Amino acid sequence: MTPAAMLSMPDPVHQSALDPAGPDAAGIAQLGWIMAGGATLIFVGVMVACALSLRRGRPVRPMRWIVGAGVLLPLVVLTALLAFGVGTSAQLSQPSSRQAIRIAVVARMWWWEVRYTDAAGGDDIVLANEIRIPVGQPVYLGLSSGDVIHSFWVPALAGKVDTVPGRLHGMTLRADRAGVYRAQCAEFCGQQHARMALHVVAQPPAQFQAWLAAQRQPALAAVGDDSAGNDSAGNDSAGNDSAGAGAIAQGRRAFVEQRCASCHTIRGIGTAAPAGTGPDLTHIGSRLYLGAGTLRNRPGALAAWIADPHGAKPGVRMPAGADMDGATLRALAAYLEQLK
Amino acid sequence: MRSPPSIRPPAGSSRRRAAWLLPIAGAVGAVAALALTGCGVDDNVAPPTVAGGDATRGRLLLARYQCGACHQIPGVDAAQGSTGPALAGFGRRSYIAGFLPNYPDAMVRWIVDPPKLKPGTAMPAMGVSARDAGDMAAYLYTIK
Repeated sequence: MTPAAMLSMPDPVHQSALDPAGPDAAGIAQLGWIMAGGATLIFVGVMVACALSLRRGRPVRPMRWIVGAGVLLPLVVLTALLAFGVGTSAQLSQPSSRQAIRIAVVARMWWWEVRYTDAAGGDDIVLANEIRIPVGQPVYLGLSSGDVIHSFWVPALAGKVDTVPGRLHGMTLRADRAGVYRAQCAEFCGQQHARMALHVVAQPPAQFQAWLAAQRQPALAAVGDDSAGNDSAGNDSAGNDSAGAGAIAQGRRAFVEQRCASCHTIRGIGTAAPAGTGPDLTHIGSRLYLGAGTLRNRPGALAAWIADPHGAKPGVRMPAGADMDGATLRALAAYLEQLK
Repeated sequence: MRSPPSIRPPAGSSRRRAAWLLPIAGAVGAVAALALTGCGVDDNVAPPTVAGGDATRGRLLLARYQCGACHQIPGVDAAQGSTGPALAGFGRRSYIAGFLPNYPDAMVRWIVDPPKLKPGTAMPAMGVSARDAGDMAAYLYTIK
């Protein structure tokens, strides 16, 4: 990959409720603009009336103003606003689990567990902190929480839906434009509530299906078996590390030896960690961000996160992994970076 | 001992009585001024320059490559990491990574591929091109 490609940003990340990319957000934004505009008009009108009243001038009939402007005007305006607001709310998507794509989102402190229902009836496809959806197609999100109340909010696509422990809240999400939309937790949930982001990536349907198929696969098995006659560490007969394969095998060993596997699952490597302890890392290399939106997933970011996650996200529940020597840390990061 | 009448200033003249202070103040002032000329000498030492390096672009690149995830770097956004050494005062530092003499070409080589120069280092190669590394080095050398 050329350095320029590695440096390229993802599509600009959209997070504005004023720039809607889906039908729900569009309806909410329209209601918001109408209320803002109407309120501005009324405010200006009241200020003008106030200014006029301070001038010495012609007398007014107080009852006309009190009844007309104080009772009738609000009655008419607010009734119209109520009708419009109720009508808009009725047009918001009804959650229905009859969509073709069903995703369970479990909010935890301070990350998002994402589980796609496998259409073929197999095990759930588990990842974390990123949801990809096909453009123009509604998906069903089943939102729940593993500990405290969180709230799922992707401003460019829809309104907020709280995730309450013990309950399941349904939500239908649809993006009408391809792009990357940032979501974040919208209910204070502890020390790192502010760094609990999630990215919704809307892709053309064919790209989405290809991505989902890749996510379904376990991590590539045995790195280090090399048909070129190299030894298991990927070194040729002169002991030179060929194509970094030795480092990747060393990194995979480090993942197990450093007990990362006790919290993080990589499907295909050893036994699964208990569900919900830490984000699934099977395809961490292709994820856009690390630490629930804290660090952009570029070369070097994984090494920085593993060595000291608390530098970027103080109070995160992952312990620092700085008791590895430098070469092992780089090998572990290189192994994880190639888990696309 | 009373001074002889010939050199005593006339009684009641306070200005003349304090006249002996003037030369002493002058001497102290001259010594202080000479001493203060020693200040600011270091500011005249030019930092190493990187040929073709753009320090402004380098500052932005340091943020984009997320160097701050491991290093504290003055003037760079989100640079609060404590995994690697802080880069405050880097422009005056004598060694890179504790062993490489701090010259621009060594700095660029280090940023581009640290494990090649120091096999046991925790700093990974992050795919920085030589030009980007030159800009980053140019910014780092401006940090006093």
